[in-house]
Amino acid sequence: MSAKHRQELLRQMLRIRRFEERCAELYSATKIRGFLHLYVGEEAVATGVIGALLPDEPIVSTYREHGHALARGVPMDAVMAEMYGRSTGCSRGRGGSMHLFDADRHFYGGNAIVGGGLPLAVGLGLADALRGAHRVTTCFFGDGAAAEGEFHESMNLATLWQLPVLFACENNQYAMGTALARSHAQTNLALRAASYGLPAWPVDGMDVLAVEDAAQRAVEIIRAGGGPVFLELRTYRFRAHSMYDPDRYRDKAEVEQWKQRDPIDILMARMRSDGELEDGDLEALDREVTEELARAVDAAEAGPWEPVEDLTRFVYSEQS
Amino acid sequence: MTTIEITYREAMRAAIRDALLRDDRVFLMGEDVGRYGGCFAVSLGLLEEFGPDRVRDTPLSESAFVGAGIGAALGGMRPIVEIMTVNFSMLALDQIVNNAATLLHMSGGQLNVPLVIRMTTGAGRQLAAQHSHSLEGWYAHIPGIRIVVPATLEDARGMLWAALRDPDPVLIFEPGALYPVKGELDASVREVDIDRAAVRRPGRDATIITYGATLQTSVAAAEQLADEGIDVEVIDLRTLRPLDDATFLDSVTRTHRAVVVDEGWRTGSISAEISARITEQAFFDLDAPVERVCSAEVPMPYPKHLEDAALPQQADIVAAVQRTTGDGR
Amino acid sequence: MAAETFEFTMPSLGADMDEGKLVEWLVKPGDKVAKGDIVAVVETAKAIMEVECFRDGVVQQVIVEPGTTVPVGAPMATFATVGAPVVVPRPEPAVTPAPAPRAPAPERPSGQPAAPSGPLIRRLAAELGVDLSAVHGTGRGGAIKRADVRQAAAEQAPTPAATTPPRPSGPSPPSGAERAARVSPYARELAERLGVDLGAVQGTGRGGAIRADDVRAAAAAPPREAAAPERPDRPAAAQEPDAAARRAEAARLATAKLMARSKREIPHYYLRTTVDVTDALAWIKERNRELPVGERILPAAMFLRATAIAAGQVSALNGFWEDGHFVPATSVNLGVPVSLRGGGLITPAIADAAALKLPELAVRMRELATRAKAGRLRGSELTGATITVTNLGDLGVELVYGVIYPPQVALVGVGRIVDRPWAVDGLLGVRSVVTVTLSADHRASDGATGARFLDVLGRNLSQPENL
Repeated sequence: MSAKHRQELLRQMLRIRRFEERCAELYSATKIRGFLHLYVGEEAVATGVIGALLPDEPIVSTYREHGHALARGVPMDAVMAEMYGRSTGCSRGRGGSMHLFDADRHFYGGNAIVGGGLPLAVGLGLADALRGAHRVTTCFFGDGAAAEGEFHESMNLATLWQLPVLFACENNQYAMGTALARSHAQTNLALRAASYGLPAWPVDGMDVLAVEDAAQRAVEIIRAGGGPVFLELRTYRFRAHSMYDPDRYRDKAEVEQWKQRDPIDILMARMRSDGELEDGDLEALDREVTEELARAVDAAEAGPWEPVEDLTRFVYSEQS
Repeated sequence: MTTIEITYREAMRAAIRDALLRDDRVFLMGEDVGRYGGCFAVSLGLLEEFGPDRVRDTPLSESAFVGAGIGAALGGMRPIVEIMTVNFSMLALDQIVNNAATLLHMSGGQLNVPLVIRMTTGAGRQLAAQHSHSLEGWYAHIPGIRIVVPATLEDARGMLWAALRDPDPVLIFEPGALYPVKGELDASVREVDIDRAAVRRPGRDATIITYGATLQTSVAAAEQLADEGIDVEVIDLRTLRPLDDATFLDSVTRTHRAVVVDEGWRTGSISAEISARITEQAFFDLDAPVERVCSAEVPMPYPKHLEDAALPQQADIVAAVQRTTGDGR
Repeated sequence: MAAETFEFTMPSLGADMDEGKLVEWLVKPGDKVAKGDIVAVVETAKAIMEVECFRDGVVQQVIVEPGTTVPVGAPMATFATVGAPVVVPRPEPAVTPAPAPRAPAPERPSGQPAAPSGPLIRRLAAELGVDLSAVHGTGRGGAIKRADVRQAAAEQAPTPAATTPPRPSGPSPPSGAERAARVSPYARELAERLGVDLGAVQGTGRGGAIRADDVRAAAAAPPREAAAPERPDRPAAAQEPDAAARRAEAARLATAKLMARSKREIPHYYLRTTVDVTDALAWIKERNRELPVGERILPAAMFLRATAIAAGQVSALNGFWEDGHFVPATSVNLGVPVSLRGGGLITPAIADAAALKLPELAVRMRELATRAKAGRLRGSELTGATITVTNLGDLGVELVYGVIYPPQVALVGVGRIVDRPWAVDGLLGVRSVVTVTLSADHRASDGATGARFLDVLGRNLSQPENL
């Protein structure tokens, strides 16, 4: 793997990290409203998995999806404008933080119903299977979704019909405030998934290289006609569930322990020891990202609102 | 015009077959639609003709296969998803309400969902409390989906293709009691419009507004009233959302009397919506309060005499019309 | 290099959070903080939360003390940016616990005109058979008070209406209905159309309700003689003045009373100016090219817009003379007289007109006139005006000297737009000009104020891009 590629992974994770930090600030300043779920700590998952996909391969995501959208290449301007609810947002401001969409980039959205995206991904896979297209549809969902009935129905259906779907389970250990062990009888989610008869294995979700490697293998299996694959990406969110969350349900020590395994630090350490990161490289990267972010915020601030007269548009398709 | 004798069930099957022949993107999926031939034998023979890819038996996973229908529609297909009966559709409510109805809007107009969901609705077959609902009015509450109810052979034959050509999700509610109904159908019917209500019987003295299985009952009531000298117009709504209120408002403006007949429960129903629109938009044309004939507010009981008592009957409709014309005081 | 500081404000920790209580500072002046550090603990309605700082800096001054509740966005401390010289104030607590006044007040919806007639007033009016649209309010902002309704009722008597019992409220009360008969809406309409007195109709509907057939039967039957002996004083329904005529008469009386009061109490002074509107008309024509027919801007809207701007700027003419002194209004509500079809005048107001752009104003004006003629005005529109514009240009009048509507203090009169020989920069040409007048209350303002008002108005008209 080339140094350049690792730098690109680092840049992507940094973009997500800085974007999320800025969102927290903008939320506190009341620029962003509604629910806001941040991805800080989980950057390696989106970066590693999406890095293994081709640009036209569909992605179905969750309400913690800013990182997925950015990694997929939805422009930061459009994502930030969506946070602001401006019409220049990637969903014209009608979705907000939880509903980022970009049809041109095959990004099928943030879904705010836990597990609600799973059947959609199965259907996208079904369409490709019927059309003979060799694409992999990736569905991100969390450990909480694995307790939903739709998880069971979707695992079964996708495996039964051998559909080209990558199930990327972001196990960040908590379904909002409920720890894995408090809501699942079988806490090894990969083991549970394997019982449906599809390849499934756990991955260190804090190591972007491990994630990318696992995703690459999964995609190869699927593209070769091996049916769906399940990856349990073990990760952690450093921040609370949402801006509303006082984070009472987990130990500070636990958070600190996971922060020792910050995915950005892990990659940087690896790059340093391999001589791929010089002094000043990070600062230059950070500067570049900060500038991109500043432009995105400026553009969002200046973005127009959807006119109220257009309130009821997009309920039904507009005949051209 | 060549006519053929056909049942409602056969008309529906002909529509599905026609769609599978006309468009490669169309496929049918649902519980027991293939090997079994459809719970109500609507898809009988289609698996043999089109193969298991296009006539797909699914596990009993309403949420997954309705959601998969949405995903496949997003992926460029034109799925027809069959939910065996309306009561099972509640298991897929999340996908219908939270995804099918919202994706276009949430995505700012980027992702439309050209999906058709068919399901059986209604009572009258002694199927008791969990298999006798008429929840189409309930679904009509939701913006983003279209709700149609074919009540005639022509609509059974022609609504499906129109629904498949709609860029947005369409739910077709097929009254189970109509499947065996037989009649003459213009052999050339392929597609009917799904935007407008239809005047099934013109009249001057009062307007009955109905849809689905109670259309037949309403027309029969109108014929009975004609013998008494009361000339009743009968309107078949056909589409419950978006509701074509112009047609029934125009009628009520002429007849000054309205009776809404709905197999759904009265409270919070489509009949309540219609009544409200009449008072909102035709109040000064009314010569009598709007009457409603609905199902009794009870989970459907099993025995025939109680089921009959719970459902709108011809005599109830006749009496309601007479109250509006002042002849039934 | 000057110390660069920034404020640390009460953060929003949820869309439903309006304020928060500072529980504890985790930093003190002089402390260095890094982006992401937890600096304070805040209690919201839902939980106690740790609050982070989003920039690197040094704590300079603490503004809010623990235990204090402040709104979201209120400054709680000032920080200096790192690198800038830090000026830490004297070590004693910098500021006493800052009470809420330090913080910006929570936003409140901007002043809508208060409802000028409440439900009690409306009920009283219905009981006394008084048409509120014809009542002049003496309250603040022209609000109708109970006494106004009683006086209107007294002045109305003795009229035929006063001898009838209270009329049921509704768009079209049955004329001469002696009993509280139930009438279907359609039958009521039909009766009006066919000229049938519902009081003489026998209802055959449920509960004796009158239905359309009953009205038709009554219309077809010869005049019922039986009705005559019952009401010898008013034998024929046809002789009773109909509701519209009564309304018109009441409106006339109300106008008469108001105008008499105006001329009796208000020392008017009048100013006039003639404005070249050639450019403005060309500009409107250009704008209208892009607008659908129904939204096209008429010159009348332009005069309203110019007046609204002028009234906003010269506030001494926008308000009320009340209890011996001038009370300026908080917004510009333009009164626009509309002639009613049945006769009489009604002056509804376009609320907050200064905030409306020209196209919106044009739409509002058209809509208000339509509703006024249909009798569908809202109560607030009838009494809220703070200044009035009378435009008689369409009727061919060149010059209007108007009478002020008390308790307002000014009225703008607009005449006809006429083509006149006119010199611009010394060159004579044909230009479209209009004469605008100001009638103003000399108790509230002087000629110089009025002149300034007309000047602003005129300048806006000659420079349409300002509109």
